[in-house]
Amino acid sequence: MSRNILFWLLWLTGTIAIGGYLTTTMFYNGDRSSLLIGKTTSGHHQIELSCNTCHGNGFTDGDTIQKACLSCHENELKVSKDSHPIKKFRDPRNAARLEQLNAMKCVTCHTEHKPELVSSMGMGVTIPKDYCFKCHADVGKDRPLTHKGLNFEGCASSGCHNYHDNRALYENFLEKHAKQPEMKLTQLIKNLNYEKLSEEYGGLKRGNPLNLTEANAPKEHINQELLDTWHDDAHAKNGVNCSSCHQPNKEKQAWIKKPGIAVCATCHKEENKSFLAGKHGMRLAPNMLQSKADPFGLFKEKKLSPMRPELARLPMKQSAHGTELTCNTCHSVGKNNHKFNIQKAKVQACISCHDDEHSKAYLTSPHHELWQKELKGELPKGSGVTCATCHMPRIAVEDEYENEVFIITHNQNDNLRPNEKMIRSVCSSCHGLQFSIDSLADPNLIKKNFHGRSAFKIESIDWVLKRSSKPEENK
Amino acid sequence: MLNFKTSLKKTALSIATGSLMLGMAMSAPATAKTFEPQQVTDMLHLVLESDRTIYTKKVVKRLANKHKVIKATENFEDDKSLPLPAQMFRFGSEAVADKTDKFSYSLLSLWPINKQNKPTTELEKKGLEYINANKGKNFYGEETLGGKKYFTAVYADVAVATPCVGCHNNHKDTPKKDFKMGDVMGGVVIRIPLK
Repeated sequence: MSRNILFWLLWLTGTIAIGGYLTTTMFYNGDRSSLLIGKTTSGHHQIELSCNTCHGNGFTDGDTIQKACLSCHENELKVSKDSHPIKKFRDPRNAARLEQLNAMKCVTCHTEHKPELVSSMGMGVTIPKDYCFKCHADVGKDRPLTHKGLNFEGCASSGCHNYHDNRALYENFLEKHAKQPEMKLTQLIKNLNYEKLSEEYGGLKRGNPLNLTEANAPKEHINQELLDTWHDDAHAKNGVNCSSCHQPNKEKQAWIKKPGIAVCATCHKEENKSFLAGKHGMRLAPNMLQSKADPFGLFKEKKLSPMRPELARLPMKQSAHGTELTCNTCHSVGKNNHKFNIQKAKVQACISCHDDEHSKAYLTSPHHELWQKELKGELPKGSGVTCATCHMPRIAVEDEYENEVFIITHNQNDNLRPNEKMIRSVCSSCHGLQFSIDSLADPNLIKKNFHGRSAFKIESIDWVLKRSSKPEENK
Repeated sequence: MLNFKTSLKKTALSIATGSLMLGMAMSAPATAKTFEPQQVTDMLHLVLESDRTIYTKKVVKRLANKHKVIKATENFEDDKSLPLPAQMFRFGSEAVADKTDKFSYSLLSLWPINKQNKPTTELEKKGLEYINANKGKNFYGEETLGGKKYFTAVYADVAVATPCVGCHNNHKDTPKKDFKMGDVMGGVVIRIPLK
């Protein structure tokens, strides 16, 4: 065999081997980190190796990616009363505008794998700075009193406007709440009785309390501690028996020793949905795959593992590394018992992992002081402000029939970015609008967990009042 | 309550009739009678205009202006009030746009309160100016948008109830404060893609 033929053969074998390896990795299984084309945004980094979730089979068009965006974020946009929903742009009269800025596709503004485009606006996704200009170029002319000569880079970064969520920023809202004091007279968190608020639409189905003799687990799975802790806790008090979780389907199922998140989700449906949409649970969402089954049976479908603190980009405590995040991580107390202490999930569970400045500062913050007073009984229920109060608030969401259901959202990211989303669901329980907008605009104050005062004064409310007091100058 | 129910029924009936007519127009087999785009837009406009008038008169004018039991405001969810007639119209048009691209419609004006509702295409501007200058007449034309050809019809939107005039003349963002009953305040633009 001549040397030439040998080289050709080697080249061919090498090409097929490398090509095969890369193709297999891309579509089915393997280390995909080498295929990443740029640092993923902090919104998606946890799921960056589940390529198929966003890219489909790898040769998909923009529509597949758009569907992927909506499969996780559509509901969030609906709940936020999106100011620029896609349906607004479907009318053909917008054709010229869409050529400038295709508002029908999320990726027009939120580009992935391009870290150099992530703006300084503290967002988990990329956003351009002056996109408002494309459609609202005339705003200076239409509102000379307040908007003349303004720089378009400031629209969405000065605490005035958001593209999607303007629930606490729209003009009439600002006007209506303009004169609120910094501290309201009554300071209690919103929707404290969220379960009652949802009862009309079914809510959680609650049964009659069960006593110790009614526990229906087989003897081999039972001991006194399990029984007592079950009986003293919320599940027995609301008619949830052993088999409800350990053998939900008696005909077809064996006894499940450690029921997982799917079992919790049968009752806590909306909580589960929101958990899977946030950073604690997104890796467990149904479409997140580490490897995909191939037609020849070489690879099996494997889901991503649950989130662990060491995978996070925020500072986490060394001692928490290795902890897998499921419902029990925050909700169960101790091992081998049935205590589901909701108090633990309000502060203790959070700070056992989170080690950033904001989290650490909480323990000496005015909010924490209120929480301690509530625990001691010095203040009424709902006066304390815990981590969960702000990051997992009681909010109204819509179920599949568009009924309003009140839940404790477990998507702790939902009201974080842009952080004005927090005003209505959280801050406004106790604080006035101006105070809330100003406080959320100061990153240093946030680091200090609101110990002190904002260094900024956002002028949006003043502008609204200026406009409404001199309507003749607006044209 | 009875009146309200009756008006709802009437609205539902007119929507059903309109949908049926439109369905016939859109899905007519080659052998059956086919409708010209203009006939379809005329039929659609009839439904849209009737529903819009009924909502304005029987719901908004009656409950907000006459009996004063509820207000009609832009931020109706927060205010727990009725949506404005222009919003009702837009919600319908957006819901249709979510379901089909076989036709689309919008409510525009040369003097819009919301500046996004001023004409954006040449033909819209021409149409709105035409219906304003030629009372009682409709405007029809063809235009190409985003590489697609459309049949575009513009119909006058006339002040049919006192709240139309009152609200537009007093709104802080209105560019025109002297509307009178019967005036053309804007136009309904309906588009059908050709081919």
